[in-house]
Amino acid sequence: MSMILGVPVAVLFGQLLLGLINGAFYALLSLGLAVIFGLLKIINFAHGALYMLGAMATVILFDTLGISYWAALFVAPILVGCVGVAIEYFLLRKIAGQDHIYSLLLTFGVALIIQGVLTNMYGVSGLRYSMPDVFKGGMNLGFMFLPYYRAWVIVIALLVCFGTWFMIEKTKLGAYLRAGTEDSQLMQGFGINVPLLVSLTYGFGVMLAAFAGALAAPIYSVTPDMGSHILIVVFAVVVIGGMGSIAGAIITGVLMGVVEGLTKTFYPPASSAVIFLVMVVVLFVRPSGLFGKEA
Amino acid sequence: MTMIKKLLTTAIATTLMAGAAQAQISDDMVKIGYLADMSGTYRDLAGPNGLIALEMAVADFGGQVNGKKIEIVSADDRNSPDVASSTARRWVENDNVDMVAGLVASSVSIAVSDILEENGKLGIVSGSAASSITNEHCTPNHIHYVYDTYPLANGTASAIVKEGGKTWFILTADYAFGHALEADVTKVVEANGGEVIGTIRHPFPTPDFSSFILQAQGSGADVVALANAGGDTTNAITTAGEFGLTQSGQTLAALLLFLTDVHALGAEAAQGIQLTTGWYWDMNADARAWADRFMEETGVRPTMVHAGIYSSTMQYLNAIKATGSDEAQAVRKQMMDTPINDMFATNGRIREDGRMVHDMYLAQVKTPAESTNEWDLYNIVRTIPAEEAFRPLSESQCPLVTSK
Repeated sequence: MSMILGVPVAVLFGQLLLGLINGAFYALLSLGLAVIFGLLKIINFAHGALYMLGAMATVILFDTLGISYWAALFVAPILVGCVGVAIEYFLLRKIAGQDHIYSLLLTFGVALIIQGVLTNMYGVSGLRYSMPDVFKGGMNLGFMFLPYYRAWVIVIALLVCFGTWFMIEKTKLGAYLRAGTEDSQLMQGFGINVPLLVSLTYGFGVMLAAFAGALAAPIYSVTPDMGSHILIVVFAVVVIGGMGSIAGAIITGVLMGVVEGLTKTFYPPASSAVIFLVMVVVLFVRPSGLFGKEA
Repeated sequence: MTMIKKLLTTAIATTLMAGAAQAQISDDMVKIGYLADMSGTYRDLAGPNGLIALEMAVADFGGQVNGKKIEIVSADDRNSPDVASSTARRWVENDNVDMVAGLVASSVSIAVSDILEENGKLGIVSGSAASSITNEHCTPNHIHYVYDTYPLANGTASAIVKEGGKTWFILTADYAFGHALEADVTKVVEANGGEVIGTIRHPFPTPDFSSFILQAQGSGADVVALANAGGDTTNAITTAGEFGLTQSGQTLAALLLFLTDVHALGAEAAQGIQLTTGWYWDMNADARAWADRFMEETGVRPTMVHAGIYSSTMQYLNAIKATGSDEAQAVRKQMMDTPINDMFATNGRIREDGRMVHDMYLAQVKTPAESTNEWDLYNIVRTIPAEEAFRPLSESQCPLVTSK
């Protein structure tokens, strides 16, 4: 078997593919963060908790009401999106226009509360969620065994990412959004309800996080702290991509998944730190991130 | 006159004796501090339900010992040795706490036992894994009650090698506990004629194990062993299931797995996994009866840690009752002199290094077909006799043993 740097090529391909799949998760999550920061200038530290809430909702909806995985992919993000709209309406609106640090602290507090309440209700060992039957098993690609579910994750996550980018950058609604956050008074003069637009945008960003959570439910342990681990990584991804850059978040998300996957092959202990190393290097070379507009 | 003299003498003698007895239980009260992870990774296996187990023991004792009230205080150590140390110091120096119970994260137990030694108080460790707690970190002021890494490696690994699992690949959590377990397992595997062909040290915690499982799968080892705990272990098992690790002929060995972990995974995902445990709620009638009571209080079945907290608290209170004192060394000596026979252990005994040695059990997770309810999860495959399970005193580095 041919080797690259002491690692069999087959193993390397496997890791690349897995990296791509994890990258799809990072992309979905960092996209939501980028939408919220890019359009509303809110540093949403509750993003991880809302991702967790999406996964928890998927499990709880199944356990209590028997709602299937497919339905949960829609219902869970909508429910959690409503939570997001409520957070925006009752809390974030009160500090609109203040320094970014206020939104950061406020959302961090909200995250701690959500996580604490769920820990008390459901414990920390995790909830059980079975994969839908159609995704059980996988295919042998020769160099690795690819579970069907992972293949599905990559396809659907990238589709949703592309759809979101298209909507914000290429449609009239997206143009309103961008304009509304640039100059809300002018937009209001045109008869557009900017506060509603802001609520819906935050809600949409939250829905993306909850959607990622619903996708994660069958493959990761669904625990109240699952979001706190991933949040910091996703923030690093957004910083590397350029705060607020939609395309930057998606591309960097996928890229960082791959970088992490390769690190797991060559030097596993560094795999949780490698993204932060990349972040440091990028910030030195391009302080506004890979895809950020120069300040 | 003689009558009066006699009465007076008796009265004085009684007062003196009562006074003496009183002096032996400090500040007329036995105060137990429960220190554990109440909100983090180890919450479910010890946490608030461990406090309930402790309260059950105190209630069963009638809330008092030798006429003195038993009081309980509790705190969250947040898995931080710093937080735990400052709490323990406040308890023993200002709040007259006589014994600290719970103690889950090994780093916490080691830090707290130093403070207890300084202050001449007692600690009973029920949750920690590190075998070093009664080896190089032993003190005359604490007892390690439920289990440690030594039997975990010894029980599971030797059983699997004997069944034909000759080549091993170990996924190790990259911190002290993981390293210790990896070293113990490697020793046991090699001693039984097996070979460790690869190890990966993964960061703690790791939410995604797919890369590591893929590498373990690629190694072709007979056995993929998990030298990690809690969320890392359950995540790794879930991912191994997804990637069809066991279907492709490899055996998965979880070296530290609690009932709460297996419950979270469910019999479907965890079936067939072998593990070593110090106690199982359904292992005999006494255990079952106590587990039923515990379930009425908490809504869940107890882990070995919960049961150990109840049992050790009973031993502690019985020792105070017998000696009439809450002085640490008197109580510890009495506990060492009394064999432990209760719902937790049969013929358990506490050695001079503080290790409570008792039979351990090799268990196998039931298949969904065998399991009759959500907590009916283990078949006990083998009893590992106490002397075989724990590190023998002849190998001990504990100064209490070696200086003899």
